[in-house]
Amino acid sequence: MEPLALTLIELGAVLFCLGLLGRLAGRIGMSPIPLYLLGGLFFGSGGLVKLDGMHEFAHLSSEIGVILLLLMLGLEYTAAELVTGLRRSWQAGVLDLVLNFLPGAGLAVMLGWGWVGAMVMGGVTYISSSGIAAKVITDLGRIGNRETPVILSILVFEDLAMAAYLPVLTATLAGVSFLVGLQTVGISLAIVTVVLVVALRHGHHVSKALHSENSEVFLLNLLGSALLVAGVASAMQVSAAVGAFMLGIAISGATAHSATQILEPLRDFFAAIFFVVFGLNTDPASIPPVLGWALLLAVLTAGTKMVTGFWAAKRAGIGLPGRFRTGATLIARGEFSIVIAGLAVASGVVAQELAALATAYVLIMAVVGPLAARFVEPLVSMLRRPLKRQAVGTIGGA
Amino acid sequence: MNVDETDLPGLGRRKDFMTGSGRRVGVVEYREGQIELIVSTWDDPDTCQASIPLTADEAATLCNLLGGQRLAMQLSEAHREVPGIVTRQFSIGADSPFDNQPMGKACIRTRSGVSIVAIMREGEVLPSPGPDVILHPGDLLVAVGTQEGLDSAAGILRHG
Repeated sequence: MEPLALTLIELGAVLFCLGLLGRLAGRIGMSPIPLYLLGGLFFGSGGLVKLDGMHEFAHLSSEIGVILLLLMLGLEYTAAELVTGLRRSWQAGVLDLVLNFLPGAGLAVMLGWGWVGAMVMGGVTYISSSGIAAKVITDLGRIGNRETPVILSILVFEDLAMAAYLPVLTATLAGVSFLVGLQTVGISLAIVTVVLVVALRHGHHVSKALHSENSEVFLLNLLGSALLVAGVASAMQVSAAVGAFMLGIAISGATAHSATQILEPLRDFFAAIFFVVFGLNTDPASIPPVLGWALLLAVLTAGTKMVTGFWAAKRAGIGLPGRFRTGATLIARGEFSIVIAGLAVASGVVAQELAALATAYVLIMAVVGPLAARFVEPLVSMLRRPLKRQAVGTIGGA
Repeated sequence: MNVDETDLPGLGRRKDFMTGSGRRVGVVEYREGQIELIVSTWDDPDTCQASIPLTADEAATLCNLLGGQRLAMQLSEAHREVPGIVTRQFSIGADSPFDNQPMGKACIRTRSGVSIVAIMREGEVLPSPGPDVILHPGDLLVAVGTQEGLDSAAGILRHG
């Protein structure tokens, strides 16, 4: 068959299957990410069907997918929200970082993947999926709940932590010497700070430069500048993803809002390709050997997120059920864990099992997270019922 | 009244307050401009029992309904300066003898010296109702008078 025809047929078939998977995910009310990963595993190297025709397109698309994921993450919060979030919830954020980075990093060291592997796996287990968490909060009608700002501010902190972590990760993965690495990290942290300050003071200029009433022009402006910034950042060894993320932060106000709306379908498309490609590059046969570790890590880091949420909500004066809800909502890991693992795999300096472990881990957490958030409430109230009856008794007596 | 305002990063803003009965009531304003009415559950003020999306029209209507109630409160505020004068509200139950009867039949002013200054019905206010206004179950009568007069008016409305 002609190469072009083959590519189109393969791509079409894959997208169609993703559509079916997405519909299935929607029907049972779960995040589509694990299904996309499974789809990739099914098609990919060592999977049932081999797809070589779409390789080139898929590779570039998945890079764009990462850029768009990070750009949208940056767009989600304004610089002011990031700064107040940092000021208000840094204690919870630091606890979150320590408790959830260590299990992944520790396991990586134990499995002999060295410091680089520890750096990667720590990131994978640290970052909650803000996408899944936001969807869970909306779907369960918990936006007006009192613990919701607590959850959101932890997500905001993780957001900022990503801005610092990604350059460090890129430097580590590039295998540069300690001094050069320090320099790169220093430069990128300086850039992060400058961007935050610029976004706070002059965010409207950036927004104005990109904004257009014509949605076509606006889309091209956005996409063009995102790829440009990402490319330049990548050339400076700062990681394309960080560049896009910073651009997202710099865009603010109404422009950020309309940018989100306009980019959403594109992000969904390219991110889906990214998840599939990640699955494609993972050999399904490599998953069963690491499944036990993935399960252990899942249990451990579900617990640590629970502790984080519980503590943060308690500090905010939230009652017992709300504390459990906070922890459970943070459990889900998803898109950004895969982004981190994807960066590591692309650099080729980490063990192949790492991709398998990250895949298995995210598969578990993206499914368990929303379920935990949903069922923690009836569970807690069931456990509390005997207690409450006693309490009501005493109030009635008084 | 102490209204709490809380930022919801990435979503918008929540404004709410605690009612005397221990429930949290308020609104969530989204960045996109939608508004949602939130009411907490009775046993856990942190959770929402309901979050109801409202259009601009619906929000305005709800505002009116609550505004009617405000009228009665403002009236009693105005009478506070006059010693001995009190404002009270009476609701017409389905078992009231004057249900579906003209208000004049109760002869409230003659018998108790109390004036009915307004009737609130389905969120609307009927100011200075005449004696031929038909009372319906669910009507809220705003009455002004002395403490004793109001007590006897309450008795008249309940028992005839």
